[in-house]
Amino acid sequence: MTEQPALASYALRLGDDALILSQRLSEWISRAPQLEEDVAMANIALDLLGQARTLLTYAGEVEGMGRSEDDLAYFRDDRQYRNLHMVELENGDFAQTIARQLAFSSYQLEMYLALRRSRDETLAGVAGKAVKEVTYHRDHATQWTLRLGDGTEESRRRMQAGIERVWPYVDEMFRSDPLEQALAADGLAVDARELRPGWDEYVGAVLRQATLTRPQTRTAPGGGRQGLHTEQLGYLLGEMQYLARSHPYSRW
Amino acid sequence: MMTDLALIRDAVARVADPEIPVVSIADLGILRDISLGADGVLQVTITPTYSGCPAMDAIRSDIADACERCGAGEVEVRTVLSPPWTTDWITDDGRRKLREFGIAPPGRSAAAPGRRAVPLALSVRCPRCGSPDTRQLSEFGSTACKALHACNACLEPFDYFKAI
Repeated sequence: MTEQPALASYALRLGDDALILSQRLSEWISRAPQLEEDVAMANIALDLLGQARTLLTYAGEVEGMGRSEDDLAYFRDDRQYRNLHMVELENGDFAQTIARQLAFSSYQLEMYLALRRSRDETLAGVAGKAVKEVTYHRDHATQWTLRLGDGTEESRRRMQAGIERVWPYVDEMFRSDPLEQALAADGLAVDARELRPGWDEYVGAVLRQATLTRPQTRTAPGGGRQGLHTEQLGYLLGEMQYLARSHPYSRW
Repeated sequence: MMTDLALIRDAVARVADPEIPVVSIADLGILRDISLGADGVLQVTITPTYSGCPAMDAIRSDIADACERCGAGEVEVRTVLSPPWTTDWITDDGRRKLREFGIAPPGRSAAAPGRRAVPLALSVRCPRCGSPDTRQLSEFGSTACKALHACNACLEPFDYFKAI
């Protein structure tokens, strides 16, 4: 029983990551460089939204306060969101979005692969499904990174700039805290620190093959897991939550 | 009671997929189980193809309608995530129907998830002219479960049901 609040927080973190990135990727619909990319972004966003719905519903159930997935998605302010800064960053140009996709989907795949072994049936179930989906997301980002990085002078410049822009937010993905470590010790959660070697190996290989340079940048302060966010999250929530807050609990 | 349950099973199995109505939820392997609980409540268990499949709500309500038409009493539709759905669960009959509808059915052995993508040696056959000379336009298609391909022989674009 004592684990319940921690478990709810953990599910909320993973759900928030998926929800916020889903919303960000949806911004590309009708604006992507090719029709196929409109479709790809929408599909990836939809997979993430599906993961988010199950995780937020579960977080609400475990919390036991009667909050639904909609309560959690639409009626929390930025300080109550627990997502990583990586996913709330603005999209930038297409290359920057791809750089984020490469960084985040590579992290998320490692995380879900490990989470499949969770003793928690719901988390393991979400992970088992999501592994299949995120494998496609990572492959999509990899193909574009290779194509842009090892492409024209202009595409290479933009891809490198995209990587430089998102790199300061990489470290936060692999930070762990006592809450996560305690759950991981009980076989429920994944200690994010353990995911770094697999991520470094995969992303490093893609960057090399794409003739891109691994950035030497400083690390951003982070704080997403504690509810401290960049200014950008507020604007994202403003758009995502507007309708639900203007017409609370309307159905159609 | 047995006859009734058989009747209901049959009706539920024939519920069409809302997005690809030529195939049923049983053909696709979405329908996992139908059983009568000790409390007399009919339990129907389904599983989504993808986490975000937007057809699940429609499928749930179509199952409830089908049960009601058969005179079933109380029905509970449960959604389970585990074991995760795989295209290997699509029946042979389902594969044939997909092909006839113009959607190339998935290959048999799904790529091991989490590994680096390995290019598939077997090409996807065009569902219209049968040519193996086809190319992938995008790994993502009109729904979460499909990819977009085109035939080099007849030049028609077509959907491919992704093997997962």
